[in-house]
Amino acid sequence: MLGRSADAAGADTARGPVRRLSAWLHRHAGVRLAALLAAPLFWLVVAYLGALAVLFVSALWTVNGFTGEVVRQPTLVNFRTIAADEVYRTVALRSVGVAAAVTVIDTLIALPMAFYMAKVARPRYRRWLVVAILTPLWASYLVKAYAWRVLLANGGPVDWLLGGPGSGPGYGLTATVLVLAYLWLPYMILPVYAGLERLPDSLLEASADLGARAGRTFRKVVLPVIVPSLIAGSIFTFSLSLGDYITVQIVGGKTQLIGNLVYANIGAANNLPFAAALATIPVLIMVVYLVAVRRSGALEEL
Amino acid sequence: MTLSRSARWLLRGAMALGLAFIYLPLAIVLGNSFNADRTFAWPPVRWTTEWWVRAWDNAGAREALWTSVKAGLGATAIALLLGSLVAFAVQRYRFFGRGTVSLLVVLPIALPGIVTGIALDTAFRSVLAPLGIGKGLFSVIVGHATFCVVVVYNNVLARLGRLGGNLQEASADLGADGWQTFRYVTFPVLRSALLASALLAFGLSFDEIIVTTFTAGPGVQTLPIWIFSNLFRPNQAPVINVVAAVLIVASVVPIYLAQRISDTASGGRL
Repeated sequence: MLGRSADAAGADTARGPVRRLSAWLHRHAGVRLAALLAAPLFWLVVAYLGALAVLFVSALWTVNGFTGEVVRQPTLVNFRTIAADEVYRTVALRSVGVAAAVTVIDTLIALPMAFYMAKVARPRYRRWLVVAILTPLWASYLVKAYAWRVLLANGGPVDWLLGGPGSGPGYGLTATVLVLAYLWLPYMILPVYAGLERLPDSLLEASADLGARAGRTFRKVVLPVIVPSLIAGSIFTFSLSLGDYITVQIVGGKTQLIGNLVYANIGAANNLPFAAALATIPVLIMVVYLVAVRRSGALEEL
Repeated sequence: MTLSRSARWLLRGAMALGLAFIYLPLAIVLGNSFNADRTFAWPPVRWTTEWWVRAWDNAGAREALWTSVKAGLGATAIALLLGSLVAFAVQRYRFFGRGTVSLLVVLPIALPGIVTGIALDTAFRSVLAPLGIGKGLFSVIVGHATFCVVVVYNNVLARLGRLGGNLQEASADLGADGWQTFRYVTFPVLRSALLASALLAFGLSFDEIIVTTFTAGPGVQTLPIWIFSNLFRPNQAPVINVVAAVLIVASVVPIYLAQRISDTASGGRL
């Protein structure tokens, strides 16, 4: 006992300033909080939110067509152009359509796979199945898109499988949907699997005991429980598809999505205000979607 | 659930088909890296290891790999620091705007990459350029760190939540000061969470292409940028294919590490 307190006293004199500072901090919770939050908030609010704000304000600016200089006078002309021009409406609708199609395809593929993983496979294989779904997530996005470029090439493996050059879908809108669905599939499987794993087997047995067949049990017991997981997965598949412009360039042929138009307006056209105005479309769609599903509890599943 | 035999077989078949759908494209890239035909005519008739030798000697690919590693390490270090700080603040304190902070951290990854990319580009142009700092590797690290913070934040927050306050109180009762409690109690509990999130953050940064496109200075090429810029050059195709094959094989490494670190298989949620 004596030895211990002597030790502590020795440590006290040696580490006096540290201990005093730590005691002072202990009394001033506000200072501690400020010290914790200062750097990250500076980073996220000043660097990131500030930049986002500038971006959305600049959507109201225009570019002088003659000098190429940005005219900082607020006007709605960019949004009017987008609303009036048929091209932009078509591309926006196409992008939403692609994102929706990818989400539906991924849901249809993910449901049986996740159900098998969580409820049918033996428990000791489950871990390995999860690993098998997770591993491709670590393989580069570009590599996977590239793999499909090779697969879908004229005379490539898909053509060969379907019987000769030109018999596959080739590059285009179908290929874009297919490849995006491929890329984001694990993001749908994993939350649905996690949701199903939490569903007790006893509920399924009770449903069966009460005379429900598999189909009815699925509709009345399984589906209501995993709806938040499905929505969580759909946030990934939908949002990731909506913002994509790389995959479209790799396998989309001449197909254009919103992302391509935004990119073209920054690069070749050098019209940042118009690009910003275009970029508000996917952001608005995602914000509406997030607000709409917030009540379902899906955000906690992310 | 009491599934009929046929239902079980159907589900098993769906699982097998799904796994085939996921892995066959990757297997074909691996196979093609030995395909002697330049245009990857299928099925391959002759095999070669020439492409692997050429890729190994490719200076551009090596340099890009090194740039990617540097960017990933820098972004991971910043994200670890900032993410842990926010997680501690949100877990330990009740303050005005607490809910907003969590939303703010998630935002850079929830918004489409192109939006985050343009926003950061605008910020660099309007803030850094007047100071005489051009875009370079530094701006890539800043961009990557911004969306990596959320990974660290989520992991550390979850771990702190499970830790609870009892251990800290016990440590304080036994006479430890704040620093000692952190050094000997909190940090050891957090270590595996920090390692797991560092792995994820590095993985995210290593794979990122869209934000990189907008934040990289001239001459700064990460591996994804290098691959993308060579993707449409037919005579580079075999080398690209080998690099792709290497990345596919390498994706086993983080999974192995994540399995070692975490007790559950959920080592990579994002």
